[in-house]
Amino acid sequence: MRRSFPIIVCFAFGIVMLAQFFIPSGFSSNVRSEITDWAQIIYASALIVGIVGLMKYHAIRISRRSDGWFYNLITILSLVFMAFIGFAFGRMDGSPFMWLFNYMMAPMQASVFSLLAFFVASAAYRGFQARNAEAVLLLASTVFIMFGIASVGNSIRPFSDIAVWILNNPSMAARRGIFIGVGLGTIAVSLRVILGVERTYLGKE
Amino acid sequence: MNRLLSAILFLLVLFGRSYSFDLHLADFPNDDGTRIVIKWDSLPPLELANINPETYNHERAVDSPDQFVPVSLVYRSDTTLSAVDERLERGRVYYYRLSYEDSATVWHSNIAGPFSPRENWYNINRTNVLIGILITGIMVGFFILWGKKGKSFYLRPIAGLVALDEAIGRATEMGKPILYSSGRGNMQRPASIASMNIFGSVAEKVASYGTPLIFPNNDPVVTAVAQEVAREGYTKAGHPVQFNPDNIYFVTDSQFGYAAAVDGIMLRERPATNLFFGTFEAESLILAETGNSIGAIQIAGTDSSIQMAFFIVACDYVLIGEELFAASGYLSGDPQVVGTLKGSDYLKIIIIALLVIGAALALFNLTWFVNLFVTG
Repeated sequence: MRRSFPIIVCFAFGIVMLAQFFIPSGFSSNVRSEITDWAQIIYASALIVGIVGLMKYHAIRISRRSDGWFYNLITILSLVFMAFIGFAFGRMDGSPFMWLFNYMMAPMQASVFSLLAFFVASAAYRGFQARNAEAVLLLASTVFIMFGIASVGNSIRPFSDIAVWILNNPSMAARRGIFIGVGLGTIAVSLRVILGVERTYLGKE
Repeated sequence: MNRLLSAILFLLVLFGRSYSFDLHLADFPNDDGTRIVIKWDSLPPLELANINPETYNHERAVDSPDQFVPVSLVYRSDTTLSAVDERLERGRVYYYRLSYEDSATVWHSNIAGPFSPRENWYNINRTNVLIGILITGIMVGFFILWGKKGKSFYLRPIAGLVALDEAIGRATEMGKPILYSSGRGNMQRPASIASMNIFGSVAEKVASYGTPLIFPNNDPVVTAVAQEVAREGYTKAGHPVQFNPDNIYFVTDSQFGYAAAVDGIMLRERPATNLFFGTFEAESLILAETGNSIGAIQIAGTDSSIQMAFFIVACDYVLIGEELFAASGYLSGDPQVVGTLKGSDYLKIIIIALLVIGAALALFNLTWFVNLFVTG
């Protein structure tokens, strides 16, 4: 039963969600919104499990005095502090919680995001080295696209036209090929899950 | 011109005939019974020809044609001559009219209605999707059954998956851990399910060598599933005791918080192998470049064509497109799963044939074939 019940649930919900795509009636849309609401509720409950797991992981590292245990302590304190501030003072605009979010969380996330610019440069330097004919072609395409889209190059007709042509034709053709493959793969995985052929994700075989 | 129209109007009034402006109501097709299509003749109506207003009020009354309330503005320049009234209540009757009012003139069109929108139980515009799903289902089902009967199918080697053993072996020889990431996808995404299938095989192989397997997570549900999958892998390999659930843990659901955490783990733990399989967004290059900087062998696979490009420049092997979804069949060798891959392969042949036919017909401006694939 422990093995078959999740498969039956997957099959039933998979078929219901598939069928509702073709049924536009009010009943069908109510079923869909009810199921998606429950999915959100289950996700929210799972977040508690995640937080407990997170606390446990960091607590173990602190108790063992693992390398950098002080940072584990900061993580736990930050989590508890943010939760306390949020429950105590609310999350409306101007609240301490939002202040911490806007002036600590958001800048820290923006800092990590900004690393991307440097990583793109280093990856591009490595990726576009003209080692063989294909790499030269890739490099030439890159030069046209980067220059053609940048503000200066965009105003120079041949560059902008070539850049647009590369993006709309060879690049788009390759991407659509990948989309078709991904779409078919997605359908195959979904069918395997709905039909119970794929069970690895359930853990217990 | 205005004089001529005024003269016509005058004659109409003189002979006792009033010009009527009608609205036509129709049910919005293939919907849940909450929409009505309202159509009208070209504007302006004859009575307002000399004013020729820029806008009219589109009004609605519910249950009885007594109290009309404005729904939207209708512009004279609107060439569609129609509007869709949405979010109506099923089972009630509706009346509509157009109106125009200024300091000197009050005009109403004839009242259209009563009309009640009809609830549809089948979206006929999606018949082509249904046929596609049935063909897919039949083909995949056929190959599953064939595989179940013991038919062995050939799968072409996928470089990224062939290299998996090498990558795990390298980590074992170096005595360093393996880092696994399924990115930012939740368990509802097929890419995450595919990732868990790969993770199961990786856990099984890793268990045999006793190499630590670290899996920081972005989603608590994925964490729980991954722990179960890994436990199963270690048990299958005959080393259930070696499984350490603390190595598979939830970090944060923040995108760049997760990227920072995984980067930190890479720099501290120095894994010999990084495996990125799942749904990735902007963090893909941050992770892959950091992995590259520590000299880890990296294998990646994602369903995002944009992130795939980043992985290609930063990783040693990349699963392209459907290879991510094929990986579980490839790694497990389960004939039923392999059967679904064969079914997908034959579907690809059908799709290529349809693309060639569609492109050829489009060259001759015959678009009916392409239109067969338009959905609603």
